[in-house]
Amino acid sequence: MDLGPYILLATLEGSVTAAVLALTAIGLSLVFGVMRVVNVAHGEFFMLGAVLAWWVAHMVGAHPALGFAAALVVAPVLVGLVAVAADMTVLKRVDYDPERTIVATIGMLYIIQQITLMTYGPDARPVEPPFNSRLAIPWFEYSENGFQMYWPWGLSTTSYKLAVIAAAAVVLVGVWLLMARTKIGLLMRATQLDREMALAFGIPVERVYAIVFGIGAGLAALAAVLIVPIQQAHYLMGGDPLLLSFIVVIIGGLGSLPGTVIAAVLIGLSDGIISVFFSPTLAKILATLLVALVLVFRPEGLFGVKSR
Amino acid sequence: MSATQKMIALHGGLLGLLFVLQFLLPAYHHGNLARVMVLASYAIGYNIMFGYTGLLSLGHALFFAAGMYGMGLAVNLGGVAPAPALIAGVLAGVVVSAALGLLALRTAGVAFMIVTLMFAQAGYLAVLYFGAYTRGDEGFVIQQAQRIMWGIDLSDPANRYFAAYALFAICLLLSLWVVQRPFGRVLVAIRENEERARMLGYDVFRHKLGAVVLSGTISAAAGAAYGLLFGYVGASFASVQYSIFPLLWVLLGGAGTVLGPFIGTLFMFYLIDLSSGLTSAYMLIAGVALVVLTLFAPQGLAGELRSRIWRWLP
Amino acid sequence: MTMLLSTRGMTRYFAGLRAVHGVDFDLPEGQIRALIGPNGAGKTTFVSMLCGRIPPSEGMISFGGRDISRLPAHKRINLGMAYTFQITSVFARLSVAENVALAARRKVQGADAVARAVQGALDKVGLGDRPDQNAGDLSYGHQRLLEIAMGLVQEPRLLILDEPTQGLADSEIDAFKALIRDLSKSATILLIEHNMSVVMETADFVTVLNFGEILAEGTPQEIHADAAVQAAYLGTG
Repeated sequence: MDLGPYILLATLEGSVTAAVLALTAIGLSLVFGVMRVVNVAHGEFFMLGAVLAWWVAHMVGAHPALGFAAALVVAPVLVGLVAVAADMTVLKRVDYDPERTIVATIGMLYIIQQITLMTYGPDARPVEPPFNSRLAIPWFEYSENGFQMYWPWGLSTTSYKLAVIAAAAVVLVGVWLLMARTKIGLLMRATQLDREMALAFGIPVERVYAIVFGIGAGLAALAAVLIVPIQQAHYLMGGDPLLLSFIVVIIGGLGSLPGTVIAAVLIGLSDGIISVFFSPTLAKILATLLVALVLVFRPEGLFGVKSR
Repeated sequence: MSATQKMIALHGGLLGLLFVLQFLLPAYHHGNLARVMVLASYAIGYNIMFGYTGLLSLGHALFFAAGMYGMGLAVNLGGVAPAPALIAGVLAGVVVSAALGLLALRTAGVAFMIVTLMFAQAGYLAVLYFGAYTRGDEGFVIQQAQRIMWGIDLSDPANRYFAAYALFAICLLLSLWVVQRPFGRVLVAIRENEERARMLGYDVFRHKLGAVVLSGTISAAAGAAYGLLFGYVGASFASVQYSIFPLLWVLLGGAGTVLGPFIGTLFMFYLIDLSSGLTSAYMLIAGVALVVLTLFAPQGLAGELRSRIWRWLP
Repeated sequence: MTMLLSTRGMTRYFAGLRAVHGVDFDLPEGQIRALIGPNGAGKTTFVSMLCGRIPPSEGMISFGGRDISRLPAHKRINLGMAYTFQITSVFARLSVAENVALAARRKVQGADAVARAVQGALDKVGLGDRPDQNAGDLSYGHQRLLEIAMGLVQEPRLLILDEPTQGLADSEIDAFKALIRDLSKSATILLIEHNMSVVMETADFVTVLNFGEILAEGTPQEIHADAAVQAAYLGTG
């Protein structure tokens, strides 16, 4: 294959990564933005979503589309409830102290991961996609006969992958509508701006926090349900999304939702394209160093504005 | 007894007990305790930064691994003798911690935690990436013939115990000495109220940098010793898990106490040792311990002891 | 008269708001100077710029004849400034003696010398009987006295006290006045103060800040009689 079609393929694959990453990262960003909590267990909520998706699809057992549809609803809701419970039993009780919440969420990370290992086991299991037709993509070539269209071998995507991208876009718009147009969104933004003031105005800040933590985890779970037909469910699958979401949230500017989406698209796409040229390990090294250096030298993020 | 006498009696007593135990313990626990002492030295290093200076690092595996690979690669690739290899490991720790401190100390709080986490992750990935030298995940064994230092075979259990004991004693006494010195007092002052310490005329950045380098160097010495004494160098020692462990040990034992790191390491080592016999999900214990400690005993065992009974505990 | 401290054109903006504007301030060696003004006049911002807690937007500062505008806070302190915080900012979980010792170790070396200096400073402010108590367990008034002990043990050339008598009982205020007069033998003192009796009885000279600018300067008597100052305080100006 020529370089052109190769890059097109990488871009398509990258768009799927970017879509899923945007959902996961927006959850992390929401939690950090509103609650000022760095949720290290975020990747485990992602993993839990994938594992529950397998479990629901397995239980339903009928047509794959039916099982998948059920998982799409059940998994994020269940994960959201787990997160709400975690917030009320642990985070609330350490009063959302930044350092102690980090330590507590590291604890949650191991609890969720190890309980999954004990119950679900160490195997990776697939979920069947609801639909999955292969779509070949044409490419154009200039030769002495002018432009010619041809179908390079291997240059294809699936209807399911395109659906993932579309679904992610829809959910992101939904999150934006939730934040901008609804009462709970207003409460969240008020709490984000000034917690004390929100308390003074009688906003039930603790309930808002629990809901935000639940929604954040639910978004990660939703992203995982979408990806699990492409990438199998495994108890250790939470590490990469956690790392990538951190990268995205930090580069996008901590707590900034538009910045997070832009950064997710950028990282997702470049991840696909860079891995065409570099080894994935080297790409990860560069990405982690980039994050560290951004935090050191530009803590407001690459797209953020200085507060002063 | 005055506070100083009690302090000497307590720490001297622990070192005396550990010395005698090597003649009494059955082989299995003898080997375990040697491991615990080396890991506790790592925790002592961590405690200088976290417990005494209030800098919560999530990337200490970087220092532990710097020491371990500094030593291991010197032996394995350079064919160096154990003593200079240990020094190479410690020096690697000095360099890495100074570099990390200069960068990461420009941030504070949550950003500092994430920056240390990211640098350590980059270090771990670098170990995998340069697999041609490090043998990546698989790691490499340091042969018995390469573990003879000054004619002493460090693979022999008795010698190994004694070497671990020596390392632990040095680290324990060093940390005890440092926290009694003006330098250590300033670190505590920075932990308690950084702005006030600055307004007393202390150069906060330089003190913090000193804490990071001291902490990183002790951690690296522990890493180098671990590789040499137990004969194995592998990427898992550079992973996030090995950054979380010292945090867990210190939290459990009591952050900002000299004995806390040892107590925490001992408890957690045996907890995990016992539970890993029952299930492969032994890290569940670590997770539960982290949550429970954060909720109910943020001061750890020695910290609770200090606030309830022994106010003089350093 | 030699000036210990001078500023020219000191200005500080916060998010476009002018907290301090164009302040030219001269403090001669050995004086007790009071800095007064209504709430929000910029007093704390001004002294924070003097000791380097807040960088000025514009302006220069000289201390002991040396331009210190670019020096970080800890270096200014080491030149002989001491600053006590308006909101008590002692090391709450450390003992009273250790709090003062942390301040003393900048000046004196050796455990015995430090212990003597600490005890001396605690005796001066009247906390000599409780060196082992946790600073956080002290009453508010005693914490203010501890702050002062931490300031004076540094044997500063310039001692900046930010509202030291706030929250003190009347009897403690009387003791404080005597302490200030005693301290002024060895140090220049810049005092932000709301309590007018303290100002009238201790200060040699008074500077009044209003809306971030110097409204008036003069002896306590002159300031007391100044119509503009009264207007500023009563809000009728």
